[in-house]
Order: sequence, then C-alpha cells, then structure tokens
Amino acid sequence: MLAMKEVYLDNAAATFVDPRVKAVMDRFWLKDYGNPGSFHSMGLRALRAMNSARSAVANVLNCSSDEVVFTGCGTESVNLAIKGVFAANKSKGRHIITTRVEHPAVLEACRYLEKYESAKVTYLPVNKFGQVSASNLENAIRPDTILISVMYANNEIGTINHISELSKVAKKHNILFHTDACQAGLLDIDVKKLGVDLFSMNGSKVYAPKGVGLLFIRKSVSIVPLIHGGGQEFGLRSGTENVAFIVGFSKALQLMQSERKKESARVSRLRDKLVNGILNLIPKVILNGHPKERLAGNVNVSFLDIEGEALLLYLNEKGICASSGSACTSKRLAPSHVITALGLPYEVAHGSIRFTLGRRTTSADVDRVLKVLPGAVEALRRLSPVHIKEEDLYG
Amino acid sequence: MAEPWFYTETVKDHFFNPRNIFKTEEEIKGYKADGVGEVGSPACGDVMKLWIKVKDDRIVDCKWQTFGCASAIASTSMLSVIVTEHNGMLLDKALDIKPQDIVSRLGELPLRKFHCSVLGHRALRAAINDYFKKTKQEKRMVKDEPMQATCGVKQ
Repeated sequence: MLAMKEVYLDNAAATFVDPRVKAVMDRFWLKDYGNPGSFHSMGLRALRAMNSARSAVANVLNCSSDEVVFTGCGTESVNLAIKGVFAANKSKGRHIITTRVEHPAVLEACRYLEKYESAKVTYLPVNKFGQVSASNLENAIRPDTILISVMYANNEIGTINHISELSKVAKKHNILFHTDACQAGLLDIDVKKLGVDLFSMNGSKVYAPKGVGLLFIRKSVSIVPLIHGGGQEFGLRSGTENVAFIVGFSKALQLMQSERKKESARVSRLRDKLVNGILNLIPKVILNGHPKERLAGNVNVSFLDIEGEALLLYLNEKGICASSGSACTSKRLAPSHVITALGLPYEVAHGSIRFTLGRRTTSADVDRVLKVLPGAVEALRRLSPVHIKEEDLYG
Repeated sequence: MAEPWFYTETVKDHFFNPRNIFKTEEEIKGYKADGVGEVGSPACGDVMKLWIKVKDDRIVDCKWQTFGCASAIASTSMLSVIVTEHNGMLLDKALDIKPQDIVSRLGELPLRKFHCSVLGHRALRAAINDYFKKTKQEKRMVKDEPMQATCGVKQ
C-alpha cells in the first residue's frame, strides 16, 4: 500500500526544520564543533558564528546583542524570566500578575513561586475571545507588584493580546513586563514597539530545531540566573553554548521575519478557508478565540456533542495530524484551561480541535480536511447521547 | 516511555465499526427497551447510555450510545457484544461484569484510559436496575459505589 501523505496541521506544537536553516547548521557537527569559550581557532570560529547569530537576532528584535540570552527551550526562557526576575526583585515585593490562559510554562513557574517562595500571584480573567484588558490589568496592580507576564498570542486558540497597550500600563507603574511570544513568529516582534522588558521565544515553532530558545532581557532589568556554572550567556545561562542550534534559530528568525507579510497573508487566507468551510459544512460548531485578532495559522473549533480525542483518532486514520483540548489528550486528564477560561463549559472544551497551519500547508491540505471532517463528526454524533443546545452556552 | 494513546487493532475495529448501534433517529424513537441506563457526565467527558431487551432473564438485545474518547466508544461496543453473544447473558451474570472483563476482550487499553473510559458496566447495571424496577423486581436491584472523580472537573 502506498503511504498516505500526511496533512500536518499541528504547527503550533512543532514545525519542520527549514532546509535553509539546516544548511547553516551543518558545519557545526564535524567541522566547527569547538567550544566558543576555547582559546584556539576552532573555538574562535564557533564564537564568531554565535556572535553574528546573536547580533542578527538582536537586529530582528530591535535590541542590542547583549540583551539576547539563548536558552534550551521556550519553557526555560519563561522560567528564567519569571523565577529570575522574582529572585532578584523579591525584596521590593512578591506580587506577580499573569493570566488564566498562559502556557503551563508560565502558570507552573508561578505556582512554584507561590508554593516555595511565598509569592502572591493574580491570574487575570480574559474576555470571551481570550484577551486581557488594560483596565483589568491596571486594577490588579498593587504596591508590591514586581512583574507582569502576559502572553503575546495564545498557543491553543491563537488569540493575540494588545501587548503594547498592556506594557504601557506596566511602565506607568514602573513594573517589569514579560511576554511569552513562543507562538508569535509571524507577528511584529520589535521589542521596542511592544514596550516589553522581557520576551521569550523558541526555535521549534519557527522552523528551527527543538531544543533552543531565547530570552530578550532589557539592560535595565534586574535578574539572576537559574543555571549556574561557567558564566556563559552574560552569566545568565551557564553551560556550553549550543552553537549549531543558536545559528539555526537565528537564521530561522531572520527568514520568518523577512517573509512575514507575504506568508502571513497566505496562511491567513488558508485559515479563513478552513474556518468558513467548517462552519458552512458542519452544524453545531463554535469557533474558539477571536474571529480576527488571531494567529494567521490558528483554527480552533469545538464540535458540540462529541469528544475531541475520538475525532483526532478519526482524523489520524485519514492522515490528518491535529490536536485537541480534550481531557483525554492532556497529561492532567482535565480539559483545556484556556477554553474553560473563555466562559465555555467543560463539555465544549472536550470537543475542541486545533488545526495549526504552517509554511508547507497548501490549499489541497485544507480541502482534504474539509472532505474528511463532516463525515467523522457525523459518525461520532450518531453515537453520542449528549445533545447540547447552542443557545444554552452563553448564559 | 509509555505510549499515552496506543490502541490495539481490536479497539480500533470497535471504534471505527461500532457494533449494536442505532442507525437512525427513528430507530431510537421506535426502540422498545425493557431497561435503559445512563451514567457519566458531559463535563467529565464521558457519558454512556445503554438500552436492553430482556427475555427469560437473558439480555437478548443491547443498543448503546457513548460520548467520550475512542476507548470509551470501543469499550461500550465490546460490552454490547459480550452481553448479547451466545443467546444473551443471564441478568445475574451481567450484573457481575467488571471493567477488566471488557478490557481483556479488547486486548489492552492505555492504563490512563482504564478508569475514566470504561464505564459501560455501570450503564449496564443501571439499565438492568431499570428493568427490575419496571418489572417489580426491586429486590434484585443492585447498588453501585459512587463514581470517583478522575477527570479533574469540579462539579
């Protein structure tokens, strides 16, 4: 049997490594594998490659090179931002403000600080699209607030926050502002325009390999490292630098940003085609997240009366890779905290499916999903004893 | 590392080709059940409903519906086969069916799926109790332990 071509619509989970990225990494395996901290030509070549990668990233982010710290992943960047800023500033106060819809990297780092460092954390509610309001943020500020962390774009539902408005509130009250921008590769990532003090990103969402991340840290920010050792990365992240991945990540970010406008337009057209197709072909579907202010590649829908994991298995059988906010696909066996934070009941979260489009997604891929999906949903609904009324969902 | 959602061929077969299901809405409406049972909650992500027909203290027909993940669907399908094969299972025997009996017929289920998705035996007991109630055999009704919340939902 011929292998079915897989339609990969889980780009928010991981992207392929762009061949142009892989190409610039190749020389670091067998040729220029020296330690950038070493006193010889081989080390110097690695150091130079890393320095130029760092300055290219700084150029993309509109900051200076010594404000870019490379890490092992997005989760590490977020942990360094939150725990590192907390440790360095806790004498001023122990209050952190974040939101209910953050990635677990942020939420669990905050819960850790609550449990072991007597931090006080406010988890802001969001509107029905998943956005935080500037006035809610301002009202949550206390005299002991030292850090605000609000994600740029949500990983599950793709909703984009107005970061520059929110960071103004932080600045007005002289509080540090961090944004988790791991999903924001196709957005404007100029940190000056965004007005943020700390900014996390990772490689595996922008066509670089898994296992590399970065944290922009504005020069004036007081922060201490989580990983101690040889003092690499300006003393903020010890450990021999992963030169190949750093060089690849830098190339990936440059490519993503230079192709941003065109690619964003192309992907959002496909996204809209998929959303409209689903809404037209299938009854009892809810689009989760903001209808317009959402990531170009994100489609998140809840199919009422059925459970997401079952639908994923149907899709997988037809060669379509997607993800779900269903409890059955989560490690915690609880439904998506993001979709429930939108005010929707658990049963709607259980039936949510996320399709995330990417650089290799084509119109034919969208057609394939639209061909398979209605039948799969109908088959599962025929088996279901649950009949949710749409009008009951928004009380 | 354990594979969180590995399903055997038998599970997939029952998921993609569920046995003993209603084909149409009309069929559900016209179905003369002797007992009906429903357990679970949509918020928890699993609901199972079972319809049985009883003759000479045996289950001669069984239909079902399930809202839940693939293993929940496959396990209810398998249960409907177990209780109706060999001219139908005696009610007393059917009351004794345990999740393990269903799982072993399916081959294997991911461990984490075991507790939350195998609820069919409870729906079956509820349907049999319903039959006992309707036929004035209340003495034979059995009581189930309350379900443990495994889904993390606060209700």
